[in-house]
Amino acid sequence: MDVIWQGLKEGFLLIIAMDPELVQITLLSIQVSVSALLLAAIMGIPLGTVLALKEFPGRKTLLNITYTFMGLPPVLAGLLVFLFLSTSGPFGYFQLMFTPTAMITAQVLLGFPIVCGLTARAVMAQPQEVFDTAATLGATRRQVSWAIIRESRMGIIAALTTALGRLIAEVGAVMMVGGNIKGETRVLTTSIVLETRMGNDSSALAIGMVLLLIAFLIMLLILSLEKRTFKDERRIQIV
Amino acid sequence: MRKLGKNKLFALLLVMMFAVGVMAGCGNQANQEPEKTPTEQVTPTPDNPKLKLATTTSTQDSGLLDVLKPEFEKDTGYNLEIIAVGTGAAIELGKKGDVDVLLVHSRKAEDEFVAAGYGVNRKDVMYNDFLIVGPENDPAGIKGEKDIVVAMKKIVDAKATFVSRGDDSGTHKKEKSVWDKAGITPKGDWYKSVGKGMGDTFRMANELKAYTLIDRATFLSLKDKYQLVPAVEGDASLLNPYGVIAISKDKYPNTNFEGANAFIDWMTSEKGQKMIGEYGVDKYGQQLFVPDAK
Repeated sequence: MDVIWQGLKEGFLLIIAMDPELVQITLLSIQVSVSALLLAAIMGIPLGTVLALKEFPGRKTLLNITYTFMGLPPVLAGLLVFLFLSTSGPFGYFQLMFTPTAMITAQVLLGFPIVCGLTARAVMAQPQEVFDTAATLGATRRQVSWAIIRESRMGIIAALTTALGRLIAEVGAVMMVGGNIKGETRVLTTSIVLETRMGNDSSALAIGMVLLLIAFLIMLLILSLEKRTFKDERRIQIV
Repeated sequence: MRKLGKNKLFALLLVMMFAVGVMAGCGNQANQEPEKTPTEQVTPTPDNPKLKLATTTSTQDSGLLDVLKPEFEKDTGYNLEIIAVGTGAAIELGKKGDVDVLLVHSRKAEDEFVAAGYGVNRKDVMYNDFLIVGPENDPAGIKGEKDIVVAMKKIVDAKATFVSRGDDSGTHKKEKSVWDKAGITPKGDWYKSVGKGMGDTFRMANELKAYTLIDRATFLSLKDKYQLVPAVEGDASLLNPYGVIAISKDKYPNTNFEGANAFIDWMTSEKGQKMIGEYGVDKYGQQLFVPDAK
């Protein structure tokens, strides 16, 4: 219990003191995970929509592959990126190993299937009426698709929050391709691993608190999108 | 009011479930039987066969413990569970009474540990040595340098990339003592503190074509996979003595003190010492550890 109390106390003090090293680590964590999320969203939302709406051979297989990769273990994603970016790998020339770029690449690999797969599910869950209404109103194919995406936004936002939760909490991939270099690629999760390995359990707990706080703040931001778009809409009421 | 009562009941139920779970967990551990393997010699059956050893990644990564463990278990009947972490974390585990015995290499930290009353019966077991490895093209020009202080100064002057364990492990402590000896506080872009185990740190140094301090055992077991070569070796301050310590029975009565002492006795016995001295000769062509129990 001592360690837990001390950790909570230390965490509180750490947040108040704004220790420059911790601030830098926190900012890097946000930078890496949010960049990865944005990239995953830019690719995942359109692709998920296409997978949901367009009939083409191999669509089912692609969907199943996407669902499978939603469970891609972070260390495996890290290893794949490592093998590609390593000096002896195909992209070794660019010297990207142990940089934030490598970390973002690995996290995109983790976030993309989640955004893509959950977007596809959300779009597929739309009733036929959405299509029919839009079509009756004289919408073009493109406009109809857009209407369907708009109607699916609740599910897409859920996809984004799920992906973010995975990325910000993930340690296996960033540890492997980032290397946990102090002042360069050390993020909150790798710091927790390091502190634990050094036997500083209360510091590890303290950094964990910061991590939770950051996750909470980003989630609030994403969810505020949802609140705005759904303000005037009717929700299911249980009478 | 009724609602509040319900909530309380639910909380109580949760706590009870948790408590039962914990007790069940403990029970399982206590009941664990040692694996009985048919051997020609009679293996003793100690009262509490479960023995937890916290040790450094180097003894595990080098493969030494894989060889010693089955022999120790056969001779004494204990079931050795190995937790391989950095020396700092291993000592921390000992301080919390989470393990029964330590096999670590940081003499200063070991002495403090014993002086604070956490450990007893500390014995020297063996030593190996550290070396500085670096890229073949040797940007700092230190290959073959015998004096570690000169070598470290040259690395700083050349701003050659140096990867540090940075994890408070025995190896990291050794590295810090070497910088201290050279009167240097390493800082800057060239100095990368990575907070990882020896194997991972070596891999990163290789990837970054950097210098790093590594223990010989890990180096020999991994050198064929990577391109770094020895640059500085043989300086007396690069020796790395290992000690074995039992966790004090006075501090933690529930630890397996008999088992810890059995491990210490076995490691310092003629047989244990002989096995340590012979380990690696057939595989690497040279001895990895030098036994030095008195």
